[in-house]
Amino acid sequence: MTPSKSNSLTFQQLILKLQTFWAERGAVIQQPYDVEVGSGTMAPETFLRVLGPNPYKVAYVQPSRRPADGRYGENPNRLFKHLQLQVILKPPPENVQELYLESLAAIGIDLRQHDIKFEEDNWESPTLGAWGIGWQVMLDGLEVTQFTYFQQCGGVDLDPISAELTYGLERLCAFLQDVDSIYDIVWARDPETGREVKYGDVRLADEQQFSVYNFEAADVQSAWKHFELCEAECKKLIERYGELRKDLELSRRVSSDPGAGEGFVREKSRFPLLGAYDLCLKCSHYFNILDARGAISVTERVGVIARVRTLAVGIAKAWMDQQYPTEKQSEKSGEVPKPAAKEKNGKLAPVG
Amino acid sequence: MPDFLLEIGCEEIPARMIDAASRELRERLYALFERERLTPAGTITYLDTPRRLAVLAPGIPAAQPDITEQVNGPSAQIAYKDGQPTPAAHAFAKKVGLDVAKLEKVSTPKGEYLAATVTRKGRTASEVLAETLPKEISSLYWPKNMYWRKRGESFVRPVRWLVAMLDEQVVPLELFGIAAGKTSRGHRIIGGDSVAISRPSAYVEALRGAKVLGAAEREQVIRKALDAATRTIPGARWREDEPLVATVVNLTEFPSAVLGSFDPEFLDLPEEVLVTVMRDHQKYFAIEDANGKLLPYFLAVLNTAADSDGLIRHGNERVLRARFNDARFFWQTDQKQTLRQRVELLRNVTFQKDLGSYYDKTMRIQRMASWLAETVKQSGMAVRPGVVHKAALLAKTDLTTELVKEFTELQGIVGGLYARVQQLDEDMKPDVQLEVSRAIYDHYKPESMEDSAPVTIEGAVVSIADKADSIAGMFALGLIPSGSKDPFALRRQANGIVKTIAEHKLPFRLSEIMADARARYQGSEAEKKFSNAAFAESARSFFRERIEFYLKDARGYAYDVVSAVLAVDSDDVLDAAARAEAVSKVRGSSDFESISSAFKRMKNILRQAAENNRRIAARLDPFSLQEESEKELAALIPQTAATVENLRAARDYEAALLEIAKLRPAIDKFFDKVMVMVDDDNLRANRLALLQTVVKEFSTIADFSEIVTEGKESPK
Repeated sequence: MTPSKSNSLTFQQLILKLQTFWAERGAVIQQPYDVEVGSGTMAPETFLRVLGPNPYKVAYVQPSRRPADGRYGENPNRLFKHLQLQVILKPPPENVQELYLESLAAIGIDLRQHDIKFEEDNWESPTLGAWGIGWQVMLDGLEVTQFTYFQQCGGVDLDPISAELTYGLERLCAFLQDVDSIYDIVWARDPETGREVKYGDVRLADEQQFSVYNFEAADVQSAWKHFELCEAECKKLIERYGELRKDLELSRRVSSDPGAGEGFVREKSRFPLLGAYDLCLKCSHYFNILDARGAISVTERVGVIARVRTLAVGIAKAWMDQQYPTEKQSEKSGEVPKPAAKEKNGKLAPVG
Repeated sequence: MPDFLLEIGCEEIPARMIDAASRELRERLYALFERERLTPAGTITYLDTPRRLAVLAPGIPAAQPDITEQVNGPSAQIAYKDGQPTPAAHAFAKKVGLDVAKLEKVSTPKGEYLAATVTRKGRTASEVLAETLPKEISSLYWPKNMYWRKRGESFVRPVRWLVAMLDEQVVPLELFGIAAGKTSRGHRIIGGDSVAISRPSAYVEALRGAKVLGAAEREQVIRKALDAATRTIPGARWREDEPLVATVVNLTEFPSAVLGSFDPEFLDLPEEVLVTVMRDHQKYFAIEDANGKLLPYFLAVLNTAADSDGLIRHGNERVLRARFNDARFFWQTDQKQTLRQRVELLRNVTFQKDLGSYYDKTMRIQRMASWLAETVKQSGMAVRPGVVHKAALLAKTDLTTELVKEFTELQGIVGGLYARVQQLDEDMKPDVQLEVSRAIYDHYKPESMEDSAPVTIEGAVVSIADKADSIAGMFALGLIPSGSKDPFALRRQANGIVKTIAEHKLPFRLSEIMADARARYQGSEAEKKFSNAAFAESARSFFRERIEFYLKDARGYAYDVVSAVLAVDSDDVLDAAARAEAVSKVRGSSDFESISSAFKRMKNILRQAAENNRRIAARLDPFSLQEESEKELAALIPQTAATVENLRAARDYEAALLEIAKLRPAIDKFFDKVMVMVDDDNLRANRLALLQTVVKEFSTIADFSEIVTEGKESPK
């Protein structure tokens, strides 16, 4: 095995440098989301933040679990859980590509000595009802980043759109350190003793044990049960939110009192859609475990994905309504728009 | 006459889309110049890269020429009353900006009208282009669009700059929130952020200075670089791959190439796997020795000037090593379960949601392929039904392998490779096993009209059964391709069937194949979802188009020959091809030309007779005929018809056609001397019957009336 280059960044330095880079460009440095997700996109900091009009910049490391990708720690290139550095720029600045290239320079890649290409690669997540247009960024033939302009998320057309940069941290670091196996990546180097801690030291047991769990030990029956429990609760929450919305509209329609439905307004604004979203993520995770266990036939697969998508889309719609309520929206959802218009006039009258 | 330059600066456009978009942009601009009377004096040239589409039009008029034209107004009757102009006349005068006295009168078929000669001032090119270009640019077709500023405004990727100039002047157009200017951008890394363009004629050189080359030059550079790198290995050559060259040309602005190597141990893996990894996943060129054997090297095309420190080569070698390691790992893992054992696993792989699993499909293909093999055998051709049976059973099993899951484009090929190295049956002879593996290997072929058909007849039979099964299932569900919609690539599969039948000279009729494929679904779960009552008819017309496509595009027969031949029958591919060949050979002769014209004439007469409800004698009565020439023709028919029929039955179509051509003097004479549509009802009815007999007896090879002749009469 090639010895790691002693002057290149350690894994943790790589993370710190990238975080610093984006922090200096105004991004919120978030911490990893604490519910199992398959990618940084699924964390609410992406999935929910890209909805609605508010500008936002965020960067975070997201451990991403993909049970079916586990290889018992035996394959030097594949992991059950890998780390992504996720950056969301909403809206994308005009120089977003240049910024991205600067971030590579910040981690010590002199682009004049390398070959960089942006090759077409559009991203789609049927589970999240989300898709985007973009590239895989190829550095000397290695895909190091997925660069996506989000167009839709949770079935909602985005306005403005967001740029999503997803750095594959292990592959990027293996490239920097010039090692052939992820497990040989130097994670940390003690500045005093020079003692190195390798990726394998930190994570190998994870990979071994979770491969066994995901492929062999996970109880299929209970995974299904978990899935169904989470799904049922999530559904119930989405439905309850829908009812609240209707109650509010109804109370506004029947009453000319400007304060009508205030109770509903309050209840709606504190409604735990974030809790519903966690449940949706759980469903997705259990689906992945069942998939790895080979418990989902290909025929069923499409159906189960559709069930998770229904939750994700329901939450996205509700989130839009909760966070960005507009007159237009409530008018559109009301079946009889006329009285609402009248009410509006009534409200305006005292001022005019 | 200033030169014009337009450059659309964009984030990286997908390689596969650049050529078509560039062509369309040029066509649009050319049409725009014509329409706006700004036609350039010189030839339009262009330059495109992943980051820009540029068009140069040398010498366009600085302004549109003025136009003098006559505008018509109200009729003179309305415009003047008692010799005095009415308000209508004044209104018209005002509209055209002339004094009433300057108005003229013109006579038209409808009477006398007021008219005015007006000169419309041409607008400046700059004005016209600034106004019209944004629409042309945003109308470009892209297979996939995005929006980045506001919804409803889309392009393939965000547009970041625009250059639009007439000589030194900016054409003040604005699009996507960007005002056009005179500043372009160079290569991302080794070019320059801003490249000033002094005038359109300096554009290409300015970009070259900023490390950006046009596509033709990039291709040259790439080919040269590949040659040069390969020359360092004695006796080696890089494997020509035009689609890959086209791709890397459109992935680069300033290309070069590096030679890398890999561990020769990987050469133990099948070449197909290695090449797929290199070409499809890494866009590398493979290198082979003089005998075409793969060597442990590859060529990567870079989007930069050079790899001075060898870092890029090193990086690419690292990536390829990981990829090959993966492939080897999959290959080894896959051997833990034989293809035989994998048949059961197909129950869990969906073929199509309403058509069941690949296991179901396998069972259908196997039965159908066996039946096809039997048909082949009965026709006296050599075929090994045992090989067909086995290959059909195993054909789809590689869908469950890790290697195919990773490299889907290797489906079939991987199955074939595994079948070669695994034990398929206890006492299977090696030659049988080899045949089985070849049939599996080939059964997705031909994947296009350019691709070859399966090599062996067994492979051909399995391939046809597989494709027919897919088409039959989808058609029965009503999922029939229409327009640009063909999500299951059924047209391609049908083309494959037609081509395979033709090249292996198989004795199949398409209608029988489709009926059999449909019958294999009988009683299945899938059948409950079937909706399509008009299965046979829709399959027939679908395949008729496919045969037509094959004969015209793959075999090069003229469209009218193909129409003439298929009008008679489109079910038997071989026969249609043979007839097309015969008709093509004789069609140039003057006798045949004349016969074709005559047939058109006869058909017209018969059609008109039918339209006018003219009686046609049920049987031709030769004694009712009067003229010598018609009696002669009537007398000739029975004997010629018999000869033609014998030749036709023997499939000697050319001789049969020559026989028909011999009728020419008699037919010519008939039309010279005889008037068909006479008043005498009996005579007319018999003359019509005579024509009908001729048409009927001699249209069994081709419908000659479809043939386009040089003469006066047009085909329809």
